Amino acid sequence: MNDVRFYKLLIGVNALMPLGLLLFDWASQRLGPNPIEFFLRATGVLTLSFLLITLAVTPLRKLFGWNQLIKYRRMLGLFAFFYGCLHLITYSIFDKSLGLSTIAADIVQRPFIAIGMIAFALLVPLAITSTNKMVKRLGGKNWARLHKLTYVAAILGVIHFWMIVKSDILYPALFGVVLAASLLARLMWLKRPAVQKAS
Amino acid sequence: MAARKFSEPPSSEITPADVYLNRRNFIRAGLLAGTAAATGLTYRFFNPQPIQQTETAQITNVETPKTESGVGDPNLFEDITNYNNYYEFSTDKQAVARKAQKLITRPWTVEVGGLVQKPKTFDIDEILKFPQEERTYRFRCVEAWSMVIPWVGFPLKSLLDQVEPLGTAKYVAFETHYDPKVMQSSFAAGIDFPYIEGLRLDEAYHPLTILATGLYGKQLPNQNGAPVRLIVPWKYGFKSIKSVVKITLTESEPPTTWNIAGPSEYGFYSNVNPEVDHPRWSQATERRIGELSMRPTLMFNGYADEVAGLYDGMDLRKHF
Repeated sequence: MNDVRFYKLLIGVNALMPLGLLLFDWASQRLGPNPIEFFLRATGVLTLSFLLITLAVTPLRKLFGWNQLIKYRRMLGLFAFFYGCLHLITYSIFDKSLGLSTIAADIVQRPFIAIGMIAFALLVPLAITSTNKMVKRLGGKNWARLHKLTYVAAILGVIHFWMIVKSDILYPALFGVVLAASLLARLMWLKRPAVQKAS
Repeated sequence: MAARKFSEPPSSEITPADVYLNRRNFIRAGLLAGTAAATGLTYRFFNPQPIQQTETAQITNVETPKTESGVGDPNLFEDITNYNNYYEFSTDKQAVARKAQKLITRPWTVEVGGLVQKPKTFDIDEILKFPQEERTYRFRCVEAWSMVIPWVGFPLKSLLDQVEPLGTAKYVAFETHYDPKVMQSSFAAGIDFPYIEGLRLDEAYHPLTILATGLYGKQLPNQNGAPVRLIVPWKYGFKSIKSVVKITLTESEPPTTWNIAGPSEYGFYSNVNPEVDHPRWSQATERRIGELSMRPTLMFNGYADEVAGLYDGMDLRKHF
């Protein structure tokens, strides 16, 4: 097995670990008195976490010169999409009993649901265009431009989280700080392009 | 191109291929196991808290009701005592049970005063001597979950009668014990302490309104508001203030904690009402703990026959 494949395996195992533990805890009745709320929260937090990890790849490359990381970025982004799907499915089945009209009403009436839905909708085209074939078809530049939507999805995701907490904003604030740091780092590099190292 | 000359290590020092590959596999296995363990520990750190088993003393002078309460099967003791909103300890409902074990409930007094003829400070032992009865009520949280809880307690009116409220008293204000040494909530909890609540006098006198001292026939566990708390079953749970130390009769509407934190989201009345949504989420349905799908929320939490009369002529959208 070559290194890239091994590291993909490593990321895959670690990325699926929380899901495995959640399902194990659910099956053994260890998610607490309200397992659905717990699963919903956890998948939401995991979606945001993977979005932020995906966005951290570029700053980490520039800071530490870990250029190899780029090879795993699409995979990390797909895990964000994966947990986002689980989050949306849990909400649709258990909170809304798959009632399309009640979900539609929720989107119209509750800004935080609308924002979450938009964030998820933005991830769909990104997931679809994540294959090598699609990168080639779109061309690197277009592809990169399209995938800037990740920033928008992450910002909306943090707002969505912030809006649903009752009064303790600690966790959404932490996500907000990490997101702001990774966006600020990009702005700084935009102004002052990195010196290309001769190779 | 001519072969460049370089010094070769003696063949005895070259790692044999199988050893090299083995070492690589060994490192890889170690990386996999190590990172997986770290991820698992991170998950455990942020995730489910183990169920806290709480033992409290049996209440001996409980009169059990002769009729069925008609509210359905009570929730499990483990669920009632491991899913609590008690922001002084934690904003994580599943972490409160463990953290609240630090609450000291003896000695405990409840100071009753304000616009009353005979102000009095009750010792907790005096409060426990009021004739106690079991009351199984629905409990509906503003967060859209609910439980059925077999409380033990007595009507608030019995206590208020002893201090003889004056004719000018129109409201009752309540205050929770606050001890920052043991109550170490997140700095970002977002509400002020001590926690304060209030009722209109006629709500306080209503026979459904009780001071609870226990549940499931035992004294209240700390996380549920030991040693004595208010229960107003037709209002959202946050009105049912925990660990009460002060009751004051007042002439004007007293300030209340959640109303101060979010005036547009939490009103003074906060009656359970499926037709008036929280600005951010629906109140039309609720998840009964122990059930998978949502069930419809009942007007006044199912106590409309008993309490709707208190609000005759009031616009419940305005006085939410």
